[in-house]
This record gives sequence, structure tokens and C-alpha cells, in this order.
Amino acid sequence: MKKYKDLSSFAKTNIKCYGIVILAFLVMYPLQSSGMISHSISGQLVPICTYVVMAISLNLTVGFLGELSLGHAGFMSVGAFSGVITAISLSAAVPSPTIRLIISIVVGGLFAGIAGLIIGIPVLRLKGDYLAIVTLAFGEIIKNIINCLYVGIDEKGLHFSMQSDAALGLSEMGRVIMKGPQGAVGITKTATFLSGIILILFALFVVLNLVNSKTGRAVTAIRDNRIAAESVGIGITRYKLTAFIISAMLAGMAGALYAQNLSAVAATKFDFNTSILILVFVVLGGMGNIFGSIIAATLLYMLPELLRGLADYRMLIYAIILIIVMVATNSTQSKQIIAKIKSSLRTRKSNGEGADL
Amino acid sequence: MKKFTEILSIFAVSALALSSIAGCGAQKKTDTADTAAGSSAAVIKIGGIGPLTGAAAIYGNAAKTGAEIAVEEINALGGDVQFELKYEDDENDAEKAVNAYNKLKDWGMQISLGCVTTKPCIAVSSEVFSDRIFALTPSASSTDVIEGKDNMFQMCFTDPNQGVASAEYIKEQSLGTKIGIIYNNSDAYSTGIYNKFVAEAEKQGLEIVSTQTFTDDSANDFSSQLNAVKAAGADLLFLPIYYTPASLILSQADKMQYEPKFFGVDGMDGILTLENFDTKLAEGVMLLTPFAPDAEDELTQKFVEAYKAKMGDVPNQFAADGYDCVYSIYNAITKAGIKADMSASDMCETLVATFTSPEFVYDGLTGTSVTWEATGEVSKKPKGMVIENGAYIGMD
Repeated sequence: MKKYKDLSSFAKTNIKCYGIVILAFLVMYPLQSSGMISHSISGQLVPICTYVVMAISLNLTVGFLGELSLGHAGFMSVGAFSGVITAISLSAAVPSPTIRLIISIVVGGLFAGIAGLIIGIPVLRLKGDYLAIVTLAFGEIIKNIINCLYVGIDEKGLHFSMQSDAALGLSEMGRVIMKGPQGAVGITKTATFLSGIILILFALFVVLNLVNSKTGRAVTAIRDNRIAAESVGIGITRYKLTAFIISAMLAGMAGALYAQNLSAVAATKFDFNTSILILVFVVLGGMGNIFGSIIAATLLYMLPELLRGLADYRMLIYAIILIIVMVATNSTQSKQIIAKIKSSLRTRKSNGEGADL
Repeated sequence: MKKFTEILSIFAVSALALSSIAGCGAQKKTDTADTAAGSSAAVIKIGGIGPLTGAAAIYGNAAKTGAEIAVEEINALGGDVQFELKYEDDENDAEKAVNAYNKLKDWGMQISLGCVTTKPCIAVSSEVFSDRIFALTPSASSTDVIEGKDNMFQMCFTDPNQGVASAEYIKEQSLGTKIGIIYNNSDAYSTGIYNKFVAEAEKQGLEIVSTQTFTDDSANDFSSQLNAVKAAGADLLFLPIYYTPASLILSQADKMQYEPKFFGVDGMDGILTLENFDTKLAEGVMLLTPFAPDAEDELTQKFVEAYKAKMGDVPNQFAADGYDCVYSIYNAITKAGIKADMSASDMCETLVATFTSPEFVYDGLTGTSVTWEATGEVSKKPKGMVIENGAYIGMD
């Protein structure tokens, strides 16, 4: 068997990423099911899973594709609401909540993927920062449309309206799923920690394999030098679009899981601030570093909850910690210190190995 | 690529930092109520959730302070019932509210004050329902909050109730013949009232000549909406919105010399205490509200004084709702003889039975002879107020 350090970097990343997720599951799952951990931590498990998936998916766009997406919460929103509508519509036809959850996550991913395709086709053909601007607008447009959208269901099928719930024209048996600015209410909570972990593993499987494939190498080539990539015959738009749609789909799936962990979800949740929050996870974890995204999303999500003891100063301290982390990990001095520690560890290790001989 | 990374990092973090510290100011005093019940002897733990930071912090902090005043008063009585109150921040977000709720559960909360705002409260109410913890929200007014949950109660009117009451009031007092409406269609509260108002206005035979909308993002300029309403010839403008956008509408209407009658709901309450707002503009504005800070009765005066001493300004109805929540729970506890060592679920069943029993009547700041339906809806009379010389005067 090969030693860890002799493995290819792809295999190393794989072991690290899958390893940490599986380890987290093996530690937390028994603790959660036996009620050994506090309600507070137990309640955060599913949201952490969704934000990890969001960070992985955004890392594909920002880290590997090198395009700035400022409206990633918009895809999450599309996935969340299409997933909720699917889940509620199927509540009679599919009695098993697990299967319903899976179907709704798939549908959420599909709709978000379609949204990604619609924006991607015109925008990814452009050069420069246009993607950032258009995704920003997209997030806001989605938010405002869903804010006006009323959806209901009765035995005749789904009804849509932009006016009011009365305008849906539902029969006696009917039920309103989405109430404009109030969002979707009365969602059955079906998301579990296990489903969250499975979704993370799925996202990792898709992204890590994509990045290590021919398509992934083409995508990173486009990021590093667009002209050089074009000159060796890489179809820029096609590869960009592939990566972008996959990223959107994963975000939609995360959204569907997110919504089914709460009994009510409103469009205003998926605003610019949420997009930026996910971007911060990606940037602090390191762009193009999937392992970093997982760790950053987990820690930064838990941080404000851990700081609750500080009461009024909580959000202030949170912001300051973010800035310190950002500055510390980027400054040359701190990088030198980390490098020094690493090299001293290495020499100590090799000395130790030498002594064995 | 490196430069891109750096610029992006700085941009992202500063945007997040700004958004999170916006609205951190207001709070002056820290949780004195926490320590008020110092003895380790049986205290009943009450947990509240509300936006203590962010754009909606004004409502959360008001409700929190109101509840704190009530807890301090009750503990000072030195009776058998002693409370310990803890408020957690939800940033007006359903997800954070559930986190805050779990945190309070870890703390040992026995009775919940729900959430201050509607959207988070809908999410928390289903948690409360499945955990069997009694909850009484001061101000989450949508019917979705209480629907299908027998242990979730409201201290404020429901949105439909306000819409219907407004339409009836306008008809009864024949305040206007041609009605214009400006409402916030990105807000659940505003849209809820609007929908019911329109339905009831049709029944009452009121004529609505123009309906204009705005969203949270576009609440900076209302000239186009006002022009449309004016062009339609509306002589009464119904504003089912919060007081901050309402104050802008009043001043812009004044500038364009448009002088209809203005009619608001309880969200309009607070307009007189708004900083840099010329209260002359609010002359003649009518509103339905359960609470008037300058009411003559002893209870209100005592409360306003205590609030002023604590926060330095005049309380709004959110503060009064928070105060009433704690006192109605206190009354129910003394009536049913609940002890602090009871489990939260036993307490819940007893409180539900007490609150829904016809003999349980509460007199407080936001209404007299207040009772509760089995649905959790409160039953009290809205008070019609008109602003004259910078103060509320009862209309009836």
C-alpha cells in the first residue's frame, strides 16, 4: 500500500474531503440520536450541511471557473421553493417522507439548473465581470418575483397567481402553499442530518470528479488564461456553461434541503446578504480549495451561535473575527510563520525517521 | 488571479461586516431582569426571541424591555411566583430564530414568549407545538402563527382582524368615499392586512380608486405612488404599513400639497417618537392601535415612566405587548396554581386550559377584558385614535 504522502494530489484531496465528512457523521450521528449533545448544536446540523453544499457549489464557480457569482442564494431560492411545492404536492401520492425528500431535492436541483442555463447562455459569452453583475440582479429578481407569487393546490392541480391567495380560485379541498411575502408555510420537516451528509457526499463526488476530469482541466485552463485555452481549441462557452449549471444545480439541491428543515421559509431569506455569506465561506476557506470550504462553512456558521453569550456585541465581534481571519491568513508575515512551523515539523519528522534506521 | 482574490476578499468581508453591525446601536441597558431573580429557589424560566440586531431591532428591543419591566415588577412583589427572563436574538430570520429557540431550550426555558416578528414566529411556533411548550407572542400577527397549534397564543390582533376592523371603521364613521391604498407588497404584515381590507371594503361597499405598492428595497421615494393616488382623486389614503415609510409618505404628500385623510393601523404607532420627523405632518392622521402612551390611566402612566427610566424614550405598542404577555402569563400561573418545578409540558397543558377558559379575563395596557379563543387568537377591541397637537386622542 502506498504511503499517504506518495499519493497524487487528487487522491489526497479526496481522502481529506470525504474523510472529514464521514468522520463528522460518525461522531455526530450517534451523539445526536442518543441526545448527548445540546438542542442548540443538534438543531444546527442540517443548516450546516446545506451551507457546506452551498460553499462547495459556489467554489466551483468562483474557485475553479474564476467567475464571480453574487447571486448564488437566488439558485438556492429557486431550489427551495420548487422543492417545497413538489414535496407538498406529493404529500398524498408519496407517503414515505424520505422518498418525498429525495424527489423534491432532485426537482429543486433541476429547476435551479434550468435557471442557471437561462442566465448562463447570454452572460457566460461575455468577458469581464458581467457575470457578477447579472447574478446579483438575478438574485434580486428572483427574490421579488417569489415575493409576489401565490401558489395553491387542490384536486385539479397547481394554481398560480401574482395577486393574492383569494385570486388562486382554489376549491374547498385546496391548500395554499406559497403566500407571497410570507413565503411557503406549513412545510413538513423531513430533512435529517443523514440526508444532509448524503447530499454533501454527492456534491463532493460531483465536484471533485468534475475538477479532475477533462472538462475540469479545460475549466481551470479557461480560468488561468482564456486566450491560451481558446488557442488550443477549448470551447470556452460550453465548458463555462457546464460548470455554471452544475454549480447552480447543487445550490438548488441545498436550497430544497434547507427549506424542508424549517416549517416556514420566505423569499427575503435568500437575499444579497446570504449570497455574500456563502461567498465569505468560499473566500475564507480558500478559492479552489474544497476542503477549506467545508471547514470554513462549518466554523463560520457556528461562530455567531457560539458568540450568543456576548449578547449585544455578538455581531460586532463576529465581524471583527472575520476581518482578523481574513487579514491573518493573507498577510506575508503570517504565511512565513506557518511555513516555518511546517518546515520545522518536517525536519523533526525526518530526524525521527533517521533515528529509527 | 491573486489580485482578484484579494479584492474579492476585502469586498466580501466588508459587505458582511457592514450588514451585521448595521442597527447595533440602540441597546442601552443589559439584561437586568436576568439577575433580578437571583435566588436559586424555584423560578419559572421564560424565554423570548426577537430581532435585537438588524433593521427590525427597534421592535425586538421594545418588546424585550417591556417584558423585562413586567418581570422586574413581579419579582419585586416577592410572591411565590418568581420569573427569570432571557431574550435571544433572531435577526428577524426564521433559521436564526430556530437556533435561538434551541439555545433557550438548552437553558431550560419553561414558557416561551414566541418571536416578536411574524416570519420567524411561524417557524418557531411549529417547534413549540411539537415540544409542547406554552407560547404567547407579543406581536407576531399573522394567522399562520397560530393555525393548527393549540398551545400558541397571540397578544396582538391578527392581520385579518385589523384589515376588517379598519374597513368597518371607515364605513361606520363615513371617513371617506374614494379610498387610495399604498402598501408594502414585500412584507407579510402589510400584504395580509391589505388583502382582508379589500375583501371587507367590497362587502361594505367602499370604493377603492387606486392601489399602489412598494417593497422594502424601494421604500425611499413615494412620489410616483402619491401622484397616482392623487390623480385617481382619493380623499382617504389607507396605509397598512410601518411608521418609517409612512413618515416619508406624509412628508412627501405635504410637499406636493396633497391633503387626503390618512388612515393607518397599529404599525403606524411610533410615528410621533420618530427622530427628525415633524409631528405637525401627522396632524389628523387616524390609526387603529391597541395602546396609547399618553392614556390617563394609572397602569399606562406607571409603565411609561418605568420605560422612560430604562430606555430614555416613550414606549411603543411592542413594548406594551411584551409587558402584557408577561402579566397575562403571571395571572394565569397564579390562577391555575402552577409551580416552578412542573415540567414544561405539564405547564403547557395547564396554561392552555387556563387561557381558553371563559373565566380568564385580562386587563392590561393594550386592552381591557381581553380573552383568548381556543385557536390562540386574542379578542380585544381596537381603539381608533386620531393625532391632534402631537398626541393621540380617542376617536370614539
